[in-house]
Amino acid sequence: MNELNNSLTMDEAVERNLLDRGRQGVIGKPLDRVDGPAKVTGQARYSYEEPIENVAYGIVLTTEIGRGRVASIDADAARAAPGVIAVIVDHPLVPTDSSMTSALPRTLPEIENYGQPIGILVAESFEAARSAASLVRVDYAPEAGRFDMMEHLAEVEHEPPTRFRPPQEVGELDAALAQAAVTLDATYTTPHHLPAALEPHATIATWQDGKVEIRSSLQMLQWSRGAIAASLGLEPTAIRILAPFVGGGFGGKTGVGPEVILAVIAARDIGRPVKIALTRRQTAHLVHRRSDTRQRVRIGCNSDGDILALAHESTVSQKEGRDFIEPVSIGSLSLYAGAARRFSQSVVRLDLPMASAVRAPGEAVGTLALETAMDEMAEKLGLDPIAFRKRNEPERDPLRGVRFSTRRLVECYDDGASRFGWEQRHALPGRRREGEWLIGMGMAAAVRSNLLMQSQARVRLTADGVAVVETDMTDIGTGTYTILAQIAGEMLGLPLDRIEVRLGDTDLPPGPGSGGSFGAAGSGSSVALACQQIVERLASLIDAKPDELTLQDGIATARNRRLPLVELLAGQPIEALGTIRQGKNGQAVNQAAYGAQFAEVAVNAVTGETRVRRMLGVFDCGRILNAKTARSQAVGGMIWGLSYALQEEAVVDRRTGAFATRDLAEYHVPVNADVPRIEAYFIEESDRYANPIGVKGIGELGISGSGAAVANAIYNACGVRPRDFPLTLDKLLPGLPPV
Amino acid sequence: MKSFDYARADTPEAAVRQSGNPATKFIAGGTNLLDLMKLEVETPDKLVDISRLDLRDIAPTDAGGLSIGALALNSDLAADDRVRTHYPVLSRALLAGASAQLRNKATTGGNLLQRTRCNYFYDTASPCNKRQPGAGCAALGGFTRNHAILGTSDHCIATHPSDMAVAMRALDATIVTMAADGARRRIAIGDFYRLPGDTPHIETALDPGELITHLELPPPPEGKQIYRKVRDRASYAFALVSVAGIVSMDGGKIASAALAFGGLAHLPWRDKRVEDALIGNAPSTDAFEAAADVLLTDAKGFGANDFKIPLTRRTMIACLRELTSGAAA
Repeated sequence: MNELNNSLTMDEAVERNLLDRGRQGVIGKPLDRVDGPAKVTGQARYSYEEPIENVAYGIVLTTEIGRGRVASIDADAARAAPGVIAVIVDHPLVPTDSSMTSALPRTLPEIENYGQPIGILVAESFEAARSAASLVRVDYAPEAGRFDMMEHLAEVEHEPPTRFRPPQEVGELDAALAQAAVTLDATYTTPHHLPAALEPHATIATWQDGKVEIRSSLQMLQWSRGAIAASLGLEPTAIRILAPFVGGGFGGKTGVGPEVILAVIAARDIGRPVKIALTRRQTAHLVHRRSDTRQRVRIGCNSDGDILALAHESTVSQKEGRDFIEPVSIGSLSLYAGAARRFSQSVVRLDLPMASAVRAPGEAVGTLALETAMDEMAEKLGLDPIAFRKRNEPERDPLRGVRFSTRRLVECYDDGASRFGWEQRHALPGRRREGEWLIGMGMAAAVRSNLLMQSQARVRLTADGVAVVETDMTDIGTGTYTILAQIAGEMLGLPLDRIEVRLGDTDLPPGPGSGGSFGAAGSGSSVALACQQIVERLASLIDAKPDELTLQDGIATARNRRLPLVELLAGQPIEALGTIRQGKNGQAVNQAAYGAQFAEVAVNAVTGETRVRRMLGVFDCGRILNAKTARSQAVGGMIWGLSYALQEEAVVDRRTGAFATRDLAEYHVPVNADVPRIEAYFIEESDRYANPIGVKGIGELGISGSGAAVANAIYNACGVRPRDFPLTLDKLLPGLPPV
Repeated sequence: MKSFDYARADTPEAAVRQSGNPATKFIAGGTNLLDLMKLEVETPDKLVDISRLDLRDIAPTDAGGLSIGALALNSDLAADDRVRTHYPVLSRALLAGASAQLRNKATTGGNLLQRTRCNYFYDTASPCNKRQPGAGCAALGGFTRNHAILGTSDHCIATHPSDMAVAMRALDATIVTMAADGARRRIAIGDFYRLPGDTPHIETALDPGELITHLELPPPPEGKQIYRKVRDRASYAFALVSVAGIVSMDGGKIASAALAFGGLAHLPWRDKRVEDALIGNAPSTDAFEAAADVLLTDAKGFGANDFKIPLTRRTMIACLRELTSGAAA
């Protein structure tokens, strides 16, 4: 069987959406997840659950100081403990933290942050390993550490090298601010966030014949394989990673965690498979964090409310030597008009665990500040927050002058306002009270830049008319299995029970991985391109042009011929590889997804407790592949926004550099009782510049702006506007009326 | 987790016989103890499983109160008709605690004996006088959002995490025990818990090996009962402050008052002087403020928990207003 190839580079607008030819009628439908039954019956095996013979259990050994040196390690007692197989604390490749491309050179005995790995202990059971780990005695030579950004603001590093650095400045900001009739200059702060995926970070490493098979909970397998290879000096071909099911990533599984490298090292050392799961408390330090932020927003307007000047300047923290800088202002670059604009990012180097991508890096925290500032400015101008935003809706990208691929933000505002009942909002805060509860409404814009990463997928139409879709793309709970089955089913005219989707295996064609909300666009496009090639082959088999061929329910129809696929194939399967690449469209147009977020909250006038009563979002994010999984993504994102507004805060003990909030009882994320009725709606428009199936990233869009909508609703409810997130009750109390 | 011996007891007598040294722990629901054992905050040599003892009944007492078996599940106790009707403060406190899953597993006796949620108690790398007497207290100078403002010492500023115990304190419950030698004892809840002082590792009046078999409630109190819990999220969060209040009125004046507070101290806090300041007065903001002054005279914040002082004042006043208003509880 010859494999067909179909590649597309996005250098221009796609004339015809590949999905439009389908007649199966499954695309866009609110179908249940195809992997749902396996998950709810326990058939779906997550990385720690795969039964492996003769497996040994590892536990990561970590430092208990935040800065200094390891003076000595005494592992004799641990080695002598029952069930202990090995204690590995002298291996030269012990990683210091997560790695995106390659592990950093080992720095032991130097300690860069609290909870840094110093080795691994392997035993016959998890309990034996954990118990013996407490017997490893580490002597430290502690040094004074830098653990708090605010204490070290004077040592800020401006314009650090960063992969996300946006363009810095257009126009004359200071002059424009000086001319403005109304100005706002406000500084907002957000705390550290932890990814907090529910599935443990877990790995099983098995060596055989000089190759290692790694079952691990990872979001991006190709990157991960490269990072593991570079970290350990292995050929990528010697590594196979399997991650068929991943129980949430939230950015925390985008890199290769130290437990992956340690499992591989230990398995080779002891000559047995080794499995490791981080304990919940370990994840606070062994998984990266989102940096805390300090954000100064300045807006200058004329008296009519036209923005003349907009500046969003941020300071974040990062370890020495790590290049990720939280791209705080990325969502602010082109959300509003205004001739003079400045966006800058600065960093304070701290001795804390590495900062990296967590749930909508940039927009999640950036919109908390920008969209609160817009609310504050609207009030100063005496304008309705929606009217103020619509007045400043840009025609083109105000930074680069390029056109927007699609942008229907104004429709999102209007549709959302109408559905939500925005007209019932009192312009003045504190006007609606029900018993002890002060009720308020708030809104905010949502924006999330749209990305396309190179992706490949193979589709094989077997002789018995079943389509097998293969890519190493992951499904981290987002619905990848389902949407890829829908794309193949729509294009090949097959019901979903005749589609098999295989994911999460580096032996399969490389997909983009799950991150940056680019998974569906890349993997979906590559599957569609492969299917397009198969359709062409089927057309030639039936002696017709592709446009003349209709495929539905396993039957091919063309030119008065009607044949079951099985007959048409005549025993010969067809296999095609689809490849999508970003091209000129990435820069030539501004591609982003948008939305309008609304929230109604109740603030207790006695205690300052905030309870969100309802949330509503209207989103413009391209074509929708599955109305149900898309809605789940949007609603889930909105809940994370609620979380940033009200709850999430990883607290660092400034004396030790350790996180004080290390489990899910102390690191608060919303529980069911916190989550109100949430509605999410889509304004669908296929984006011809984004990819051949016209979709845009959804996953992180729902996060953007939803926290600010809650914060603005709190102000509308009670007239208190803390600028330090999360907005816990202690920050509202001083502004509440006397009891 | 440290290895331990396990024994199952069929009778209270057998349970206490198998206990009797500090390294032995009773286990019932295990919702707190097992977590702490995994972290090696608790490292018992031996667990005596009491979960099969016949101590689940909730029954009337001759005195007109209620006897609650130590193994009655939190969910069962909260749903009991007699509790809901005559001791609503207890039912509401139970339902304000933990999560449905935990309440289905946790027992009445175990709930009383929950250990603190102090972040540093949980972190074995931090000094903690509860875990290791004399080691020091990492919470002092650390992150103190959940910590105490009343009755603290230089050795410990932890809070007691239970909601149920706060209601029990307001209701004047009695704790019935069996000692290692089989002797029975009755301990008023006011004498049961200890302030940290210089021995924060000793949290209750129980002797080693002494088993809680029952709790007894006195006859239902006069007046209105409420339980109000203030917390950072709507469920599965410990109280920043909670109030269990029982107030009766006579002729427009406060005739009796019982007020217990959670989230403020090493134990469910109750201050007779606060109640005395209320009794005999007509309800008014001034009277409530004066009572709050009494409660909070010696309150001391540690930075991140300073807000608990105004929060307690406001919450207490709102509770008193509700307790003394005409509307039904």
